[in-house]
Amino acid sequence: MQTVFSIGVDALAYGMVLFVISIGLSVTMGLMRVVNLAHGAFAMIGGYIASYAARDLGLAYAFAVLIAVVGTILIAIPIERLLYRRIYGQPELTQVLMTIGITFCIIGIANYIFGPTLKTIPTPETLRQSVSLGFRTVSAHRLFVIACGLAVALGLWYFIERTAFGVKLRAAVDNAAMAAALGVKTQVVYAVSFAVAVGLAAFGGVVGAELLPIEPYYALRYMVTFLVVVSVGGAGSIPGALAACLLLGAIDTAGRYLMPEFGEFFFYLAVIAIVWIFPRGLAGRAK
Amino acid sequence: MALLTTSLSTTGDRRARLTRDAIGVLVIAAFALVGYFLFPNNLALLTRITAIALLVLSLDLVTGYCGVATLGHAALFGAGAYGAGIAAAHFGITDPIAMLAVGIVSGAIAGLISGVVVLRAHGLPQLVLSIAIIHLAHEAANKASGWTGGSDGLAGIMPDAVFGLWQFDLWGRTAYVFGIVLLIVAFVILRQIVRSPFGMLCRGIRQDPVRVRAMGASVHGTLIKMYAISGAVAGAGGALNAISTQVVGLDSLSFTLSAEALVMLVLGGTGSLYGALIGTITFMWFEDVVSAANPFHWLTIVGALLIAVVLFAPKGLYGSVAAYFERRGRKGR
Repeated sequence: MQTVFSIGVDALAYGMVLFVISIGLSVTMGLMRVVNLAHGAFAMIGGYIASYAARDLGLAYAFAVLIAVVGTILIAIPIERLLYRRIYGQPELTQVLMTIGITFCIIGIANYIFGPTLKTIPTPETLRQSVSLGFRTVSAHRLFVIACGLAVALGLWYFIERTAFGVKLRAAVDNAAMAAALGVKTQVVYAVSFAVAVGLAAFGGVVGAELLPIEPYYALRYMVTFLVVVSVGGAGSIPGALAACLLLGAIDTAGRYLMPEFGEFFFYLAVIAIVWIFPRGLAGRAK
Repeated sequence: MALLTTSLSTTGDRRARLTRDAIGVLVIAAFALVGYFLFPNNLALLTRITAIALLVLSLDLVTGYCGVATLGHAALFGAGAYGAGIAAAHFGITDPIAMLAVGIVSGAIAGLISGVVVLRAHGLPQLVLSIAIIHLAHEAANKASGWTGGSDGLAGIMPDAVFGLWQFDLWGRTAYVFGIVLLIVAFVILRQIVRSPFGMLCRGIRQDPVRVRAMGASVHGTLIKMYAISGAVAGAGGALNAISTQVVGLDSLSFTLSAEALVMLVLGGTGSLYGALIGTITFMWFEDVVSAANPFHWLTIVGALLIAVVLFAPKGLYGSVAAYFERRGRKGR
């Protein structure tokens, strides 16, 4: 029972981190049709900035998170302007190569500046305690992560379903040319969604640093996981991504707890099975 | 002359094609000879390049000719390497030709399986499936350490002399010649395959699968067949690697190797066997020089190289040069 409960909490927290990081990828992929392998690299940049701000400059955690999100967006904007602009609408292979090239560069540069060691982000006192739920105690950090995931899911749902910008975004996802003809500034929609996606990636990278530790190969190691989540959930779908994150988070965490010697074997087996059964993702729409 | 082969092969007659193939073979042999005399102490690296060249050729069949983007192609290479290695270490099949045959067969089987899985989806899910395959294969090989040696690698591979005549020596001369002969044979066979009606069908599928289906040809069946052929070529490369290094490591089943193979192919130019060869040689030579100078910046440079290729030479080195000569040729006429 104890094990089941702790697996459950860890799986939920892990799934939520995956969700916060990859939902931005899912939205941009659904919107701009770009296979962005560099998304994890932005999460990693966020983690590094937060680590630098909180550990080396001694700033407060909340402030470090803010700096990380803003800083990552500032770094991402020129990359989007100079490099991503050129691959919108190009064949997949081109997009894969460009974004994998960006990932390699970011890894190399991170390795050069920060060194190959793991970076920690000191969390405030309140998050380091454990919280009693009456019948069990849970680490406050796990609860915080789960709460962040829920907040992001609710916020995005409100943003996309209830605001004027969300209407434009959905219109552009469905048919960009028609939306542009009706007066939606699709370039602005693209730019804002890219910025939001990168910001969420950075936020997820910082918040989830205890579960996905920050190191130079972060971008490559978890890139696959984020892509898997998006393709299993179906690009552009928030409920699909949430379901995929929780499902894959549960499979991965349970596999690590119960059969650690198999590594990620079951995770990838599950991925193949799910994509085999749903080639367009859990919530994917037929084209 | 060799540069113009692909652009002309659709129009030239049979005899001219054979001449061009002969020139291609001569160019490879000349390169091999130059390598042999320029770097007599570095034949192990040259043999490794030859083995990787087979992997990249095999990736070209799937990605360049059929348009299937995959990041899991090293699974076929690793299957060939482990197939040949396990045959030698556990079953005592130490004749290099027999090991090669085992490697080719295991590569073809792995190609068949991953073809069936990868071709199930399109676009991003397809890419994810290919990544899942390579990771799954890696984990499985790591877990089955009784057969594969796990993370220590599979050792104890002692190939006999080739045809009982040429012993594998300490300097790797026999392995090198063995590899080059294998590469030339594979190259000649592949030239025939990509020029055959079957190869043309594959190119047609890359350009427009809907139209090929409307013509009455089976898209899925053709692609699976090509995947099996590609697996056989990659398996031959893996077996060559196992025979020449006498050890098989988990790195032959890694995502990194898959990604690097794709980079080499794109660097040289997709959809051309010469492009695959040129990309491999350039990349591996570059890697050797740069990582000897500074291993930390290797990844940054590969990344920058990739971005530069996508931005400035989307057809790759060979493709861009070939297109340049074609333009000049047209102007001249």
